[in-house]
Amino acid sequence: MEIGAALGFFLQNLINGVTLGAIYGLIAIGYTMVYGIIRMINFAHGEIYMIGAFVAVLAFSVLAAAGITAAPLALIIVLGISIAFTAAYGWTVERVAYRPLRGSGRLAPLISAIGMSIFLQNYVMLTQGARPKALQPVITGGIDLWQGPNFTLTLSYSQLFIVAVTVALMAAFTVLIARTPLGRAQRACEQDRTMAALLGINVDRTISLTFVMGASLAAVAGVMVTMYYGVIDFFIGFLAGLKAFTAAVLGGIGSLPGAMLGGLLIGLIEAFFTSYVSGAYKDVAAFSVLILVLVLRPSGLLGRPDIEKV
Amino acid sequence: MAAMSLDLPRRLRDAGLAALMALFLAVPFIGLRTVADGSGLSVVTRWDGVVAAVAVVFLGRLLLGFASDALAGWRARRPARARAPASADAAGRAARIFGIVAILFALALPFMPFSSTNVMNWGLLVLTYILLATGLNVTVGLAGLLDLGFVAFYAIGAYACGILAPILGLGFLPMMVISGLVAAAFAVVLSLPILRLRGDYLAIVTLGFGEITRIVITNWQSLTGGPNGLRIPVNPSLPGLSFERRSPDGMLNFYELTGLRYSGELKLTAYYYIFLAIVLLAIWAVWKLRRLPIGRSWEALREDEIACRSLGINPTASKVSAYATGAMLGGLAGCFFAARQGFVSPESFTFIESALILAIVVLGGMGSQIGVVIAASFIVLLPEMAREFADYRMLVFGAAMILIMVWRPGGLLSTREPALRLSDKRQPPPGASPSLSTGATP
Repeated sequence: MEIGAALGFFLQNLINGVTLGAIYGLIAIGYTMVYGIIRMINFAHGEIYMIGAFVAVLAFSVLAAAGITAAPLALIIVLGISIAFTAAYGWTVERVAYRPLRGSGRLAPLISAIGMSIFLQNYVMLTQGARPKALQPVITGGIDLWQGPNFTLTLSYSQLFIVAVTVALMAAFTVLIARTPLGRAQRACEQDRTMAALLGINVDRTISLTFVMGASLAAVAGVMVTMYYGVIDFFIGFLAGLKAFTAAVLGGIGSLPGAMLGGLLIGLIEAFFTSYVSGAYKDVAAFSVLILVLVLRPSGLLGRPDIEKV
Repeated sequence: MAAMSLDLPRRLRDAGLAALMALFLAVPFIGLRTVADGSGLSVVTRWDGVVAAVAVVFLGRLLLGFASDALAGWRARRPARARAPASADAAGRAARIFGIVAILFALALPFMPFSSTNVMNWGLLVLTYILLATGLNVTVGLAGLLDLGFVAFYAIGAYACGILAPILGLGFLPMMVISGLVAAAFAVVLSLPILRLRGDYLAIVTLGFGEITRIVITNWQSLTGGPNGLRIPVNPSLPGLSFERRSPDGMLNFYELTGLRYSGELKLTAYYYIFLAIVLLAIWAVWKLRRLPIGRSWEALREDEIACRSLGINPTASKVSAYATGAMLGGLAGCFFAARQGFVSPESFTFIESALILAIVVLGGMGSQIGVVIAASFIVLLPEMAREFADYRMLVFGAAMILIMVWRPGGLLSTREPALRLSDKRQPPPGASPSLSTGATP
């Protein structure tokens, strides 16, 4: 029985870690796509995710007031609303803070992004209040996979939902990037923006769409985190953004599967470290892994090595 | 005058689109607000706020459009020679004069008629950030190593001071030196593995290091006191001379010695002068370092690492020294901060501090020491002055960071001046970039 319980505990952490990793991975894709195309750390991306979560809380509350409480319908509507508004915020952030700075070094956009991050945090804090928002659980219940004498291995429906949506989105995105004209334009801009422009690709529009796509995925992550944890505040974007960026670098920045893999690894590290070692130091573990990976394999797990030419 | 004609329909359409976008963005956040009630969240509406936001965006966009049209017209009409940069020597002279005026002002500050305890506190705060930014300027501005976790060295300096002072039983100035060295040692240990990383990776690793430092400080209760903070047993003093009301054993008391009456302001004034001396010394030292081979190798590395390597400069040694020098100054600032407050807690060392220090360096114009001084005063005093708008000051601060970057991406003072010119007699060939021939004379 002892071995069974230990195994059950391990599997439970695996499930929790994968769920967390799916959320990190979705945010990480936004970082990795933006970095791939304009070589900048979109520092405000964590705040975009936070905005997605706040729109979700608002939408759930409005729907509850309107009497729509059936979980699947409410979820679909909330996902749509959150994606629409969050994508608009993502587009505006690029338009206001980054586009005027294109071609002016690496530090200016980064500082501008940090300014945007501070601005959005305070904007949400002032308009929505500084206290955490708690929401009634949207999806309840789960499947008991294994019933031991003093331990139950559970897969909750919300975890199932998160993983299913993430897998579906990843599949859709892979097709989008690999098969559609937009994806081709994006890959072209990633390789050589000047050449892409010469060949008739609207580079500004492609970059804007990249921000919109990244923000849409962050919105989905925001909705999922809202229904999974049920409590959000205006500061959640900072740490989640930091870890998602860590995930993007871990997986190899610029690589979509890498971002997902990195997110998964960070989620698993966090879940296992919290349960087996120490909850207080879980963020230290994630960052230490990042430093180790970068020192041993600077281009990340799935990234292509970046050769510097003279 | 065709270029000057105001393209009203285009501007109106532009502003209208911006207002439409603002309407869309404002609806969820300004228009609706969730409020916790008994059982869950209920939604309240504020449509007047949405109307105000849309109006502000519409008018702002319209005026901005007109302003940019007018600016473009003015630029087009101005003769080309008026746009030629001012002579380099004049710029250098202006910088020197400004530096002297700034030092005189700093020296005279406690005797100004408007001086008060508050002014002294602000002065100390500005000096702290000047020292921090001077440190980060070595790392980012001179060596081009983007460090987003600089606050770690500030924290390490502060905690080194608090933890080691009771063990070693030393006074303030020796503790400053030790704190700086401890921070530099941490920097060397950290930098050896990570400095081969490229710019952005380096940035994110240093960011992670800053967070790790804060988390360790928060959780290592037995050493650091954890979230409750740590009392700092030393106060800023000179060797053998204390400025406290009651001096510790073996030290002279300033007030008994001079017959002055103790007051909080007088004590702060003494702190201020001690720290001003330290900061000026640090600025002078960095200024001197820039002219030594090691300082020149930092700047060369920033410009082109591969060229440096082929010229026989050891990039690792150069980067580690730049990183450690910056960290040492950060550690000094941390120790002073800790000694002045008498207390430190992890809350003082969050990421936002790193962002502020980096903002000072970048706003000031990377590598420019005078720029750092101006930007530090600006960044520290602006939020202090705007206390009435306390709720909105960080919002305004974030917006100001974006606006300044959009307006002047290179920072407020952005001349890249070489620290050394090989020969004054040789004129640069015509058409050479003006920045190559400008700069301070050695």
